[in-house]
Amino acid sequence: MLTEHAIDHVVLERGDVANSWRHERWDSLRLLTPNWQSRLPGYAYNGADPDGFMTMPEVVAHIAGFAAASSAPVRTHTTVISVRQIDGGYCVATDSGEIRCRSVVLASGAANIPRVPQVRQAVPQHIECFTAFDYRNAERLPPGGVLVVGASATGVQLADEIQRSGRPVTLSVGEHVRLPRNYRGRDVLWWMETSGVWSQRYDEIDDLERARRLPSPQLVGTPEHATLDLNVLRAAGVEIVGRLGAVRDGRALFSGGLANQFALADLKMSRLLDTFDAWGCNNAPHAEVGPAERFEPTHAPASPRLTLDLRSGEIRSIVWATGFRPDYRWLELPVLDRTGELRHDGGLVAGAPGVYAMGLPVLRRRKSTFILGAEDDARDVVGHLVRHLAQTTV
Amino acid sequence: MAQSSVNNGVNVQALLDAREALRNAPAAAEFTWRASCKWKNGTHAQSTVRGFHGLGEEQSHKSEFSFETDHPEVFASEDHGATPVELVLVGLASCLTAGVAAVAQNRGIQLRSVEAKLEGKMNLYGILGIDSDVRNGYDNIKVTFHIDADASKQDIEALVAQSQKRSAVYDIVTNPTNVTVEVVKRDSRG
Repeated sequence: MLTEHAIDHVVLERGDVANSWRHERWDSLRLLTPNWQSRLPGYAYNGADPDGFMTMPEVVAHIAGFAAASSAPVRTHTTVISVRQIDGGYCVATDSGEIRCRSVVLASGAANIPRVPQVRQAVPQHIECFTAFDYRNAERLPPGGVLVVGASATGVQLADEIQRSGRPVTLSVGEHVRLPRNYRGRDVLWWMETSGVWSQRYDEIDDLERARRLPSPQLVGTPEHATLDLNVLRAAGVEIVGRLGAVRDGRALFSGGLANQFALADLKMSRLLDTFDAWGCNNAPHAEVGPAERFEPTHAPASPRLTLDLRSGEIRSIVWATGFRPDYRWLELPVLDRTGELRHDGGLVAGAPGVYAMGLPVLRRRKSTFILGAEDDARDVVGHLVRHLAQTTV
Repeated sequence: MAQSSVNNGVNVQALLDAREALRNAPAAAEFTWRASCKWKNGTHAQSTVRGFHGLGEEQSHKSEFSFETDHPEVFASEDHGATPVELVLVGLASCLTAGVAAVAQNRGIQLRSVEAKLEGKMNLYGILGIDSDVRNGYDNIKVTFHIDADASKQDIEALVAQSQKRSAVYDIVTNPTNVTVEVVKRDSRG
């Protein structure tokens, strides 16, 4: 898009194109979005399985293909050391020299560093800890019980895979987003896109801060198009416990509020399905979708365990699937809030004219962090960037 | 929803304004709640609340509130007041109920009646020291809300779920809290 506007630009990549997809993901991971949704500007999936889900090597090939097709001026193996303000723009220091520019687009994403809660400090030494960044497969975990903390897409996928490896899993569940893989015969993300939910703009959302903090939905991309919710995990033998509140004297203490976490997630899922149904009544031809469905509520264990003795040998490792945070240590601009998040209005970074963000949660639309969400956001952000350059021309 | 005509007696605007104001004043959001308790006789004690700290300064209730606690006669006590464990149920019930009203107001739902019944199950083997595997406190607390309101069953369920999500006492009861107890010896003969 910058090329279309004849704007001289360069794309900096610390490693190879699609670096984090190459090096910061576990072996079995597939995209949550079906292949046909992996659209980038002027570049669509044209393989044999539009409804399938890409493996990581396939994602890497897809993004590398886009980089080649769009002739993006990517400088690989170039690590940004700092970005600071100078007269008339910004100076980007890299490990291979400085670049002076009038505008900077921060596209380093929201998932650079695993976010591990403070209670990690109180975990007994003999327990091995992993995060979604260093977990590769269940075989690398020690034999024995595994506590998985967090029930986003990452948490449920890893809980499922580890349980299948023969290691008994206890899954600690806080606030989560439940979704079925398929709804009325269509992939649930078909509904998200086609009904317009994903296109909802950031300035139309009541509680934007909450929308931006939402955990990723409990989805998995498998050849079987399977649903992976907490009922499925329980049936597979995973023990579900409440949110991990503390580790005290070697004992993990879990919240007794699990039933309400289930109720909230079930209610929100039903509300979303109501939205789909309302939209479907007017817009989806009957031949295209099946009849409306509702799913079983999440079954609460009769009395979920509140404590787990981490010294007893029952648990040998912990996988922290507790989310990520961005890494802006190189960003020498006064643009972060007290929690270290970027202050921005739809990608326009507050207090730094000409600095933009891309690919953050609900940056401009609900779909902002999905591959197909990049195009609309990029068009808006580039539009602003072009006007900024025109207005500040000296 | 006809939000303007709904009145549950909750000034939601003031709460939303406070939320905005406190977002930019983190120190003012730090509150300290206090209670004092004086032993009377036997298991009878009297607790009072009045002052608290918040919004950066000392605050006070309009008047002092007082609570008698004791144990019933089956515990060989004189029953001057509710048991402390019943007061915990009172705290939970009133916090959730207030939350239901606030959330309903915010969502434009008119309430006609809200009643909560609470049951806490406890095995006395814990506090009596008969079985060390039995905990002292409640094994389980059950709350049943009966709500009459201008809303669907699903919306009412969502009200109660949101009230739990935002309830301080629900959080205190369901999650671990660090408690430190200090002792100061008083010398009445000095």
